[in-house]
Amino acid sequence: MYFVLCISYFFKMNRINQKLLEPKKLLSIYFTAGYPNLDDTVKIIQELEKSGVDMIEIGLPFSDPLADGPTIQKSSTAALKNGMTTEILFRQLAAIRESVSIPLIIMGYFNPILQFGVESFCKKCSDIGIDGLIIPDLPVDVYHESYQTIFEKYGLLNIFLITPQTSVERIRFIDSVSKGFIYMVSSASVTGAKSGFGQTQQDYFERIASMNLSNPQIVGFGISNSETFQQATKMAKGAIIGSAFIKHLTENGVDSISSFIKPIRK
Amino acid sequence: MKYNIDEKGYYGEFGGAFIPEMLYPNVEELRQKYLQIMHESSFQKEFHQLLKDYVGRPSPLYFASRLSEKHGCKIYLKREDLNHTGAHKVNNTIGQILMAKKLGKTRIIAETGAGQHGVATATVCALMGIECVVYMGEIDIARQAPNVARMKMLGAEVRPALSGSRTLKDATNEAIRDWINNPVDTHYIIGSAIGPHPYPDMVTRFQSVISEEIKWQLQEKEGRENPDYVVACIGGGSNAAGTYYHFLDNPEVGIIAVEAAGKGINSGESAATSALGKIGIIHGCKTMLMQTNDGQITEPYSISAGLDYPGVGPMHSHLHASGRADFYSATDDEAMKAGLELSQLEGIIPAIESGHALAVFEHKKFRSEDVVVISLSGRGDKDLNTYIEYFKL
Repeated sequence: MYFVLCISYFFKMNRINQKLLEPKKLLSIYFTAGYPNLDDTVKIIQELEKSGVDMIEIGLPFSDPLADGPTIQKSSTAALKNGMTTEILFRQLAAIRESVSIPLIIMGYFNPILQFGVESFCKKCSDIGIDGLIIPDLPVDVYHESYQTIFEKYGLLNIFLITPQTSVERIRFIDSVSKGFIYMVSSASVTGAKSGFGQTQQDYFERIASMNLSNPQIVGFGISNSETFQQATKMAKGAIIGSAFIKHLTENGVDSISSFIKPIRK
Repeated sequence: MKYNIDEKGYYGEFGGAFIPEMLYPNVEELRQKYLQIMHESSFQKEFHQLLKDYVGRPSPLYFASRLSEKHGCKIYLKREDLNHTGAHKVNNTIGQILMAKKLGKTRIIAETGAGQHGVATATVCALMGIECVVYMGEIDIARQAPNVARMKMLGAEVRPALSGSRTLKDATNEAIRDWINNPVDTHYIIGSAIGPHPYPDMVTRFQSVISEEIKWQLQEKEGRENPDYVVACIGGGSNAAGTYYHFLDNPEVGIIAVEAAGKGINSGESAATSALGKIGIIHGCKTMLMQTNDGQITEPYSISAGLDYPGVGPMHSHLHASGRADFYSATDDEAMKAGLELSQLEGIIPAIESGHALAVFEHKKFRSEDVVVISLSGRGDKDLNTYIEYFKL
């Protein structure tokens, strides 16, 4: 009984789990912190929430983002040039929960987190009101063995990726370790590589849906507009847009965020 | 203390596979199969046949008498510079192209800094008739034009890495991204003892032919298998790993690593990772690397493009942390001077990378009876322009 109580307490606490219970399809947006300008972070988050976004992934920029295509690479390089650091990002986000209530996830590569100290990083996230982390180069096995207890101590959900090449056995393992949602990478590619889905992706979406995983899936990579959002969320719980949003910021700045977000759900 | 890799892919606390999920199937397939494939007799036979007939192994272990006289000890040079394509790199690319064939891969990608590994990869791809794409930083393409031309002549496509600092680190990022985008048909031939497990171990095993030969060659010449010291330069550390491999567990053999100090360790322009680095994650493995306090990987500097890498392989991090190896660093000037000295005492123009290993005498005094084996990892042809500019030849 105690275990069940703990779980329900935990579920109540985490905004991601609450959000996933809502009946609608979720729209999540990724942006790189410190881009286009160092101090845009809070404004971008507030604008995204106002525009009706369900969840936000705040990208902690890294010098060597292996899984990212040119758009996110360039925004990361620019953000670092603007002076963004882990410390500064935490400082910018210190009061974010006074104005924003949707789930916030930090997405970053493992080395900056390791240098900050994994436990200090998790504690800081928890103090600020961050709900989860996505660390593409921290494999599920290493997480499970070395870091899971720390993340859970601070009430943080760690989100794992699966791809069309991930084996059924490994998907089941990832599902068993995950406590929020699974980030379903739409095709074998880095971010921003292609847009739109063909039959191969549709088959893959259906295959995963038919596995009846305990975690809902949110699709990322290749979603850029209303059409691809509809396709991606036919089977999945939601979808993530990253590169297309960054391109929009590059071209239109932070004052026109709603003009990008509003048409996605029509 | 164990110096070799453990079952989980770590050397002490260094190593592992910190890779995005997109790379997992390929790396895992390799991890499961590499030892089994390497131990197959058909693989061994083909590998050693090619090393003999195509690469020209065994490479000589040459007693450098005038250099010995100059530095007051017995110096042997392991002549990897005499290999086909001019460096030790080809030992690994021969092994990995055979591995790729066994795995049924039909396309090869590689990263390269100075172009030596790129040339060695393009060479074996031509030999096997397999498509080859080499990623090279845009800046390196400009400063290593002859090697770019060699790769093209060998039929490889050279793709410029335009991101970040546009050098080796970024070429490696681009190669990894290519592998993410082509997960089924492609094998990535990493050129150094770096990357996610099993790469450091696989590359080390292919390069271990160097120390295997040193043992019997030294037996012939000195009546003993073990030298007092083995010396190698370290960038990522593949020639060093191969030179040390069969001596790791033999405490009577001193292991010496020479890194590139660039313009001096404290000059801000250096590649001496053991002195300037901290533990972290680079290109899929946990190892020593040069980085900011915030965990951003920094740009190294060395006059030698082959040592211009911000990390070292996990084996070397462990050798350093455990005290098994002594680490020194040689400046640009020391390495160039040592290169000139070898040229004029022995008639051998070394690669500038190898010049760093030869500069060990600036830092350590050996006893007259010491037998010191130095890995002469590559020849200096590719560096002529740098030598010309430096010495105003």
